[in-house]
Amino acid sequence: MDGNLNALTTVFTEFYYWVTVVFMFLIHVGFCMYEVGASRRRNHMHTLMKNIMIIPLVTVTFFFFGWWIYWAFPNFYIFGGSIDFDAGAANTPWSPNMGTNLDDRITGVFWAAFLLFSWTAASIVSGSVIERIRSSALWVHAVLIGSVFWIVDAAWGWHYAGWMVKYLGYHDAYASGVIHAIAGGYALGVLVVLGPRIGKFASDGTPRDIPPHNPWMLTIGIFLIYTGFWGFYAACNVPVIAPEVIDGQIVGTTWTATNIYLAPTTLSGITFNFLMSLSGGLMAAYVVSRGDAFWTFSGGLAGIITASAGNDLYHPIQAMLIGAVGVVIVYKLHYWVEKRFKLDDAVGAVAVHGYAGVVGLIIAGFVLWGAPSSPFEGYATITPWGQTAGAIIMFFVLGFLPGFVVSKLQAAAGVLRIPEEVELQGLDYAEHHAYEDAMAEIIEADKAHLSGKVTPAE
Amino acid sequence: MSTIGYKDWAVDLAEVGAIYPFQGWEVPMTIVGVIFWLGWHRIQFVREGKHLEEARKTGDPEKIRKALERY
Repeated sequence: MDGNLNALTTVFTEFYYWVTVVFMFLIHVGFCMYEVGASRRRNHMHTLMKNIMIIPLVTVTFFFFGWWIYWAFPNFYIFGGSIDFDAGAANTPWSPNMGTNLDDRITGVFWAAFLLFSWTAASIVSGSVIERIRSSALWVHAVLIGSVFWIVDAAWGWHYAGWMVKYLGYHDAYASGVIHAIAGGYALGVLVVLGPRIGKFASDGTPRDIPPHNPWMLTIGIFLIYTGFWGFYAACNVPVIAPEVIDGQIVGTTWTATNIYLAPTTLSGITFNFLMSLSGGLMAAYVVSRGDAFWTFSGGLAGIITASAGNDLYHPIQAMLIGAVGVVIVYKLHYWVEKRFKLDDAVGAVAVHGYAGVVGLIIAGFVLWGAPSSPFEGYATITPWGQTAGAIIMFFVLGFLPGFVVSKLQAAAGVLRIPEEVELQGLDYAEHHAYEDAMAEIIEADKAHLSGKVTPAE
Repeated sequence: MSTIGYKDWAVDLAEVGAIYPFQGWEVPMTIVGVIFWLGWHRIQFVREGKHLEEARKTGDPEKIRKALERY
């Protein structure tokens, strides 16, 4: 680091990303609480462990190959491109940059910020399939969505040199598509093969509500997800950078914060828009769901997700209205798909993440029509068709298709769904019987001790 | 055409101000936003009034007693 200003900037940037990572951990805590709260008592521990083990599995695979994919795949076989081994070299697990290195203080925290997005993508899928998927099957999906497919989409559409940005003008500043649409699409692909939980649909096909066992746990869970989302937004920015470092079209010497494409934005602007889109989503969801608590909370999230593609540039009132419009579409679509295709999405993840992401990308194409997608020369500008093509790539090509194909293979091998008997008796008894037995034994022991101590006179 | 007023970033950022879409339409946007907000209150008052009117006629004395005991 040459000079004190450079040193200060580097260490500030290092600390900035580190803080975002800590905040984003709350997203995973929130997802765990939401899933456990939504599951029935007989499936608690299994549901929790299914989500917790996403953390180590996605982390190690993201270290081994996920991070390399991001740097090596921006032009992978698209429009004459190929794997960029030079850019990928510094991001292999055997690179000196992937460890304590006084010449590189950024890779570790930047890697971690992306990794936390990976956990989120996998966790979105995890919630929709609770109470009937085998953990072993889900963990393969977690690695695929967390360390392969989402990071391929990030290389294509969430990288300053990604082919989707160059040729489609794809713009997705806070990941409506690259995290939420792909994860929602992937979850849909799995759900189509997995099938609904026992009892979800009446014999005439009418869907039944399966209420959460603990609504308060759900409430706290989603509030933690909101909190972690702040960190996610900050992590999507470059906090401060000079035009000469960007080395694009920007002239002058004014430093700025940028989005992931190195195009200018402000932390202040995205803070306006985060809160206004959250509010628009909450208000619309309360009305459209007629005050249903969980749809209202999820609507807040869906509002942010819908506006996220353009929240680096929107006016706050635009963010509010876009969030509100998105939620109405998403809510209606959820119930139509559930009834029409007998789809049991236990937490509404396909709708809140997938549909909201797709709708948000398309809306951004209209509202930001003609705006530059990048600070570099020769890149396409933002258009409705570029955004629509991007939404299809995210939701169907990299989301739905892999989820569907891998689930079909797992189903054919008989390793996708738990046996019916186990589904009815509950996964906790089947897989955690030692815990149940130990609990029963210690309760009996305590009761025996109590009855031995207490005399009738007392 | 660009809704944000910039077709590329070949600019000196020292000379750039607002970069949100549809600059100049802030007042109409505010009016739309306020209509959304007030409309929300209107819908809520109507719906809650109707709900409470229905609820006051459907109370089962036995269920009410149990609800009181449950605290």
